[in-house]
Amino acid sequence: MTLLSVSPRTDRSTAGAAPLAPAARLLPALAAVYRAQLARAKVARIPLLFVATFQSIGILVMMRGVVDAGQTSAARSVVAGSSVLVVAFVALNLLAQYFGKLRATGGLDHYATLPVPAASVVLGAAAAYASFTLPGTVVTAVVGAVMFGLPLGQLWVLLAVVPLAGAALSGLGAACGLLAPRQEIATMLGQLGMSAALLLGVLPVDRLPQPVLWLRDLLPSTYGVEAFARTFAPSPDWGMVLVDLGVCAGVGVVSLALATWAYRRAVSR
Amino acid sequence: MKETAGREPQDTLPCVAVRDLVRTYRTGRGGAAIAEIRANDGISLTVRQGEIFGLLGPNGAGKSTLVRQLTGLLRPDSGSVELLGHDIVRHPERAARLLGYLGQDSTALDDLTVVMAAETTGRLRGLTRAQARGRAAEVLTELGLEPIAQRPLAKLSGGQRRLACFAATLVGERPLLVLDEPTTGMDPVARRAVWSAVDRRRAEHGTTVLLVTHNVIEAETVLDRVAVVDEGRVIACDTPGGLKALVDGDVRLDLVWRDEAPLGVPAVAELAERAERTGRRWTVRTTPEQARELVAAVTTGPAFAALDDFTLATPSLEDAYLKLGGRHGGLAK
Repeated sequence: MTLLSVSPRTDRSTAGAAPLAPAARLLPALAAVYRAQLARAKVARIPLLFVATFQSIGILVMMRGVVDAGQTSAARSVVAGSSVLVVAFVALNLLAQYFGKLRATGGLDHYATLPVPAASVVLGAAAAYASFTLPGTVVTAVVGAVMFGLPLGQLWVLLAVVPLAGAALSGLGAACGLLAPRQEIATMLGQLGMSAALLLGVLPVDRLPQPVLWLRDLLPSTYGVEAFARTFAPSPDWGMVLVDLGVCAGVGVVSLALATWAYRRAVSR
Repeated sequence: MKETAGREPQDTLPCVAVRDLVRTYRTGRGGAAIAEIRANDGISLTVRQGEIFGLLGPNGAGKSTLVRQLTGLLRPDSGSVELLGHDIVRHPERAARLLGYLGQDSTALDDLTVVMAAETTGRLRGLTRAQARGRAAEVLTELGLEPIAQRPLAKLSGGQRRLACFAATLVGERPLLVLDEPTTGMDPVARRAVWSAVDRRRAEHGTTVLLVTHNVIEAETVLDRVAVVDEGRVIACDTPGGLKALVDGDVRLDLVWRDEAPLGVPAVAELAERAERTGRRWTVRTTPEQARELVAAVTTGPAFAALDDFTLATPSLEDAYLKLGGRHGGLAK
């Protein structure tokens, strides 16, 4: 009986249904979200960006006490680790908090009731968070290189490291924020991720025990740190730099896809 | 309760057609007892094109659950939702292309400036950048938001922020607007701006408006028809006038005592048993004749000395709600 009464009505109504307004396309919508998120940065995120940068510079100063300046792998990884930490702080930690808050307060409904592809919301926000880490990363890298007597000539590689590590970390951050059942858990996951990036990225590798090294290999920021650290060497192994950046890019694609899936899941409860 | 009471048979495609909608939530977790709550318990209603239709009911009545199903945010357990002929249960993504939704939360827009919030929302509704910019500017002018256009929403007062979110809802024309308590926290000027913007869209484009409210006064003045929702069901659906006719003939007498009610006065003692008492305020619904006698009794002698204030009023939607058996002791909370 239910079947009989439902199907004819559906058919009839589809025939005379009102036209649908056009949906927003992926790229224009992504651009709009990106632009809005960058504008948000002016209002809400600049103080936090200062915090992120000062935190990394503080770590440089602290590590300078135990690591000598000059061309050593320890000096290179301290500078590279502190620089990529800015990306982890903003892209992973803050983005996890942002999406966690949106989800908890019902703010996602705003996007969910607009005809936008899920990917444009996630990618737009992730790209914006990753891009406003760039100034802080550059400042940290310059201060670090000067402090530890490393060359400044290859800093342009940050133009590749920041977006690729940013993609991997912001994808993870967004996924944490969107999948966490409660806002506090999203915040905690973001903080944990950043602590992991801090400890595993900044501490010199040769003193870490094997299990910690495995953990380090699992963290996407590690490959950003390694890629950047290699470029401080007198004659960088560009092949390995590309491999590391390739891992970042691969993890970025996977984590952003996961975040997009998590967004769809969060808006269709 | 017939939802079409007092209306002529409809000849055009309804804007919103909801049939037998059921949505259940589970509460409790872990070892605690799991209870099922029927947030919507067989809701049916029809909103015609061009109508300003209200959903009225106390907090927790199931209004927001109903709206979330209409906007494709929530899938019903059973029942059907059609918007302008589109099956929203089967194609929830179509809702975003048919309606503009103003939810209760502004987190997604809070850090944006008013103009950026409006423009971005327009862009995400499929407008080009130039269109979004143009439409956003028009809407901000229409709502008188130009002076605060460059201020972030988070820095505005509650009412201004609400108005800015309403502006964002209007950028990118839609045949249906679903507004969840749009005027909460607004001053009278902003309220007037909202209702004239709604009226203008109805006059120019035949826009339909579905309004969720628990503000009875607003409901009486702006709505064409209203569905009263209580405990997940539509307990009445009619024009505000039609609903008030349910309590036709009755009037409401409010008495406010200075201190203790003078129970020594026989009329007051008799009233004490049937009046609804909230602190020093007594409310009684009765016939005009009885009300006149009561007023005469309390405006003389010792009763008058104890009386602080009294009002005699014609019935409101709230009285209709109570008469209908609304179990939450009134709507406005």
